[in-house]
Amino acid sequence: MSTKPLAGCDLLGLKGLDRETLGHYLTTAAEFEKIIKRDIKKVPTLKGKSVITLFYENSTRTRTSFEAAGKYMSADVINISGSTSSTTKGESLRDTFLTLQALTADCIIMRTPFSGAPEQAAAWVDVPVINAGDGMHEHPTQGLLDAYTIQKVKGPLDGLKVAIVGDVAHSRVARSNVWGLSTLGADVHLVGPNTLMPRDISQLPVTVHNTLESGLAGADVVMVLRLQLERMSKALFPTAREYHMTFGINEATLRYAKPDAIVMHPGPMNRGLEIGGDLPDGHQSVICQQVTSGVAVRMAALYLLLGADGIEG
Amino acid sequence: MKTILLRGGHVVDPANNIDAINDVLILNGVIKAVGQNIDVTADIDVRDCTGLIVAPGLIDIHVHLREPGQEYKEDLASGLGAAAAGGFTAVACMPNTAPVIDSAPIVRDLVTRAKDVHKARLWVIAALSKGMKNTELTEMADLKAAGAVAVSDDAYQVQDPLFLRRAMEYAAMVNLPVLLHCENTTLSEGGVMNEGLVSTELGLKGLPREAYELDVARAGLLAMLTGAKTHILHVSTRGEAELVRHFKQKGAPLTAETGPHYWCVTDEAVQGYNTHAKMNPPLRTSDDCAAMAAAVADGTMDAIATDHAPHADYEKTQEFALAPFGIVGLETSLALGITYLIKTGKVSWTRFIDAMSTQPAKIIGVAGGTLTPGAAADVTVIAPDVTWVVDAASFVSKGRNTPFDGVELRGRAVMTIVGGEVVHG
Ligand SMILES: [Zn+2]
Ligand SMILES: [Zn+2]
Repeated sequence: MSTKPLAGCDLLGLKGLDRETLGHYLTTAAEFEKIIKRDIKKVPTLKGKSVITLFYENSTRTRTSFEAAGKYMSADVINISGSTSSTTKGESLRDTFLTLQALTADCIIMRTPFSGAPEQAAAWVDVPVINAGDGMHEHPTQGLLDAYTIQKVKGPLDGLKVAIVGDVAHSRVARSNVWGLSTLGADVHLVGPNTLMPRDISQLPVTVHNTLESGLAGADVVMVLRLQLERMSKALFPTAREYHMTFGINEATLRYAKPDAIVMHPGPMNRGLEIGGDLPDGHQSVICQQVTSGVAVRMAALYLLLGADGIEG
Repeated sequence: MKTILLRGGHVVDPANNIDAINDVLILNGVIKAVGQNIDVTADIDVRDCTGLIVAPGLIDIHVHLREPGQEYKEDLASGLGAAAAGGFTAVACMPNTAPVIDSAPIVRDLVTRAKDVHKARLWVIAALSKGMKNTELTEMADLKAAGAVAVSDDAYQVQDPLFLRRAMEYAAMVNLPVLLHCENTTLSEGGVMNEGLVSTELGLKGLPREAYELDVARAGLLAMLTGAKTHILHVSTRGEAELVRHFKQKGAPLTAETGPHYWCVTDEAVQGYNTHAKMNPPLRTSDDCAAMAAAVADGTMDAIATDHAPHADYEKTQEFALAPFGIVGLETSLALGITYLIKTGKVSWTRFIDAMSTQPAKIIGVAGGTLTPGAAADVTVIAPDVTWVVDAASFVSKGRNTPFDGVELRGRAVMTIVGGEVVHG
């Protein structure tokens, strides 16, 4: 790779990113994880750069992670939320982006309920756009942080069996992981009820299962997706009880996977629904590591896209 | 009014089984004669049509002209002008306007004002229900007397089967065709593109083909029950075409149309969240495209219609799910047929002109679609081999929302004649 191959690029999704590019994000993230584990984590890497987070959905977790990533690298981080932005006054997304660009933002990080909006917006402005989750489409930094976490705990992804369990249909996390993990050589399996599997999903590089027993068999990684209870009203599953009985990951069902399998969850969790009450605190859980990985990966993304001169600035 | 002689063109007139080199003489706004070596006198305007197709004027029975109320999207002048530029001598406009075309005065006003435009003719489709709200019938007899040629709630398709039955029974009585946008909106709720691999990848809610096929089946059954002249709008799937074929074989009074984009573009065009590839019904798969071409060829699709749906640029420049459905079609329809149906050998000129002119006139029960001597001189002259590149910015229509901008196509209307007057070319 050349020195600044990603400078000026957007990060909109993991689909289409090649192994080399994904690897570049992950190795860069490893450098940043070292930095944030220091006593004094702040580096001047992005001093004088301004990063705007534009969130049309509430997500304290993801926004805080991006904000921390920017601040640890000395960027000025400005947070705009859907409710305080002009969109509620009827301004178009394009006008909002043109305004943010005119405010001389160096990077715009966007979370939106509308699939594809970051990709559309990226075409309207010159500054790098990072997709922080768009509708049911992608959440690329989540996909990267998951890959980073797995690699850190389990080693290279080649040949690892990863089972992604739950509401695949509505999950941008699932989609980003399908693309990212399969490109990196993992064997990706999807497990969930038919009602939460989108049409033609089996044409993606995955194997689809309707039981945990088959889906988790021999799994090195069990990735649990968040289930929104509102889905029940759409007849997507009968009750929380039955969901937990058939697709909940708990001590008993986790035994279908390898004994040393790790358990992941993008958060926020519904303990007792998609994941057993105590499991997140158990020795197989890497859920807290995922959060730390998230900051490192987002620092790597900002660093690479903004084309900074050196990790330490 | 000048006497015009279209000399030496390849005349395609399906209604009279003509498919040969002929002259066409137009006198006093009507077709005077079609034949070989028609005599020329001094004051005749002779147009050399060597190498050109001379056809009965094309008719698009499914367009949205946005009047009254949404003139920023399109108006009678721009819409009927776009029609003429695309080779259409007549169009039928849908009633989803503001206000809805659901009363006789609105119909009369449109009919009157369209004549002043001096471009394509306008036929008016009235709403099936008041305000297209699916709860009360419109005054169909009065609407018909005012000039309405059909009734439709188009995209506001009646979901209640009993209400639809009553509407079709009533329309059958007043002899107005019922034009149905077949979609079970419970099954398609929230969808914005074809449901399939592409929607799954893009994370967009799907419009499953089954929602449309289910409703075509209902329409076929109710057509049999009520005897109403029933026309299925914008067929997009292989399954719908099979159902139309099935009910026609059973003798249902059923006709159907498909549109150009359904035989040459697939849902892959949505990649990149291209809102110019967003319409309802949505772009489907290559298998459906092949089925649409075959269904035009064998006549299962009686007619070709564009569902011309102009929108302002800023309306299409939005998040994909928020952008309105619809694309413009009047200025590309003919070329998309020539390029993808005729030049590929899938459809003959005779069947193509039948689907673009003769059958559309029959479906809405209006004059036109033939060069029979005595008929109004609505004629389209087509250069079948010319190559051109679509430039949306130069459309006569106010709408630039087309997925075909920059695409190279074959064939174009070089002259459009309405009632003996050259309105284009
Ligand atoms: Zn429609
Ligand atoms: Zn329509």
